[in-house]
Amino acid sequence: MKEFLLLFRGGDDNRIAAQQSPEKWQQHMMKWKSWMEALGKQGKFLSGQPLAQGGSVIRGGKKVVTDGPFVEGKEIVGGYLMIKARDLGEAVDLSKNCPIFEFDGTVEVREVQQLEM
Amino acid sequence: MDSRSGSPWSSEVDHLFRHEAGRLVSILTRIFGAHNLALAEDVVQEAFMKALQDWRLGPLPRNPSGWLLATAKNKAIDAVRRNKHLTEFAEDVSYLLKSEYTASSTVNELFLDSEVADSQLRMIFTCCHPKLAPEIQLALTLKTLSGFGIEEIARALLVSKETINKRLYRARQFIRQQNIRFEIPAGDQLSRRLDMAYTVIYLLFNEGYNSSSSDELIRGDLCAEAMRLCLLLSEHAIGEKPKTYALLALMCFHASRFESRLGGAGEIILLQDQDREKWDRQLMRQGEMYLVKASEAEEPSQYHIEAAISAQYCLAPDFAHTDWRLIANLYDALLVMTRSPLVKLNRAVVLSRIHGPRVAIDEIKQIEGITELASQHYLYNAVLGQMYLEANEPAQAAAYIERAGALTSSPAEKRLLRKKLSRASGVDGADGS
Repeated sequence: MKEFLLLFRGGDDNRIAAQQSPEKWQQHMMKWKSWMEALGKQGKFLSGQPLAQGGSVIRGGKKVVTDGPFVEGKEIVGGYLMIKARDLGEAVDLSKNCPIFEFDGTVEVREVQQLEM
Repeated sequence: MDSRSGSPWSSEVDHLFRHEAGRLVSILTRIFGAHNLALAEDVVQEAFMKALQDWRLGPLPRNPSGWLLATAKNKAIDAVRRNKHLTEFAEDVSYLLKSEYTASSTVNELFLDSEVADSQLRMIFTCCHPKLAPEIQLALTLKTLSGFGIEEIARALLVSKETINKRLYRARQFIRQQNIRFEIPAGDQLSRRLDMAYTVIYLLFNEGYNSSSSDELIRGDLCAEAMRLCLLLSEHAIGEKPKTYALLALMCFHASRFESRLGGAGEIILLQDQDREKWDRQLMRQGEMYLVKASEAEEPSQYHIEAAISAQYCLAPDFAHTDWRLIANLYDALLVMTRSPLVKLNRAVVLSRIHGPRVAIDEIKQIEGITELASQHYLYNAVLGQMYLEANEPAQAAAYIERAGALTSSPAEKRLLRKKLSRASGVDGADGS
């Protein structure tokens, strides 16, 4: 079993629109629950959190701090999940049920690299 | 001190809290896990404190139960966020509670009406866990399912507050250390665990019905709680069993006579002297209804037979027309299932109605270990005293009645015994009190 990071990007406009209607928002969040529960029951879920908008970026040797947003809207990271999967193929398959696609967001799947010394 | 304490407002709020506490602690324990029982109780207390603060100045909200439920739900989510790095929650939902993607919806779902009865059932099976000692099961049930305060439990079970605190501490520690799961047992386990729950419920009922506590109010509450818990079992698919209905029937028949057992001065009134008009007809009808449902059993349980006996007492038109032979047969059947000396004692009393007090005295004296039992429990002495009284042997009667008086701490029992004693010494009916 390998570990993968799923990075969620974009979909903010659709999400904000859905939040205007409590029912729609609740329905959407129940889909997250079903998806994550399914991962959990297969023993594939590790952790994950949604992220607040905004933040800061610290750059360079001088550690210059700038406030976000740092990139274009659809590139903003909105949350992450850590999961377990056999290989990249399975991790991609597991990601296809992610509710972020309802909001036209994207999922980037990255394997955790084991660093040797 | 709240200026409204002792007022009708305060007693209404007390009543509401006690009523809601069991439900809320069960839901929260379903979320946090049995090992976090103390956290669940703390969060319910937080919700109650908030209610006291918010309600102090105005009238109660229109739906106080709903208000408390919503507040407890918010406090539960707060507690999840506060504790998620310190503890695991209930095994099946812990990972969902630790992610903000799913925490609120998971808590929301477990607060749904459809889940509440399930959570309370899990709590019943946890409190009645076979590895807990009976006195701990009782204290834990009263605290977590019935919302009794420490002082009320102490009064109900006739022990000190420190003892109750110790028992509850041991119970929580045991649940944590043994990793007791907050679940409804399944498979082979289920019927054994249900039996355990029946035992605790019946014990609870008997504490209320027979205990020597002089606090009538709390005794009534104990009986009502036992019946409520049994009803909860009967309403769930896994508890919808003939034995559950038999226990319910038994408690209904007993409870129908609850009000007529004591006179205005708190004195005990014997069955033959009870005002049958005071018996609760509605409870008796419920008892009959449950007994019909119970009759689907393949073989009758102890509760079936005890319910049938209690029904015979209730349904006889008057004391003289009680069918003693049928009751004696039922006791014989009961004796096959339990060798309880108390059953033998009760059976002897029934035999005295058919064959006279001599036969009963012989039966009682043949009970295994009677000398030791009689040296510890007032009841054997009281019954022997009564039988000798009926056999016209006042000297023997007086000796047993005096010993019974020395062995009971109940003022009502003492009064009844004094009355009997004065009869034994020929001063008929004079009551010393």
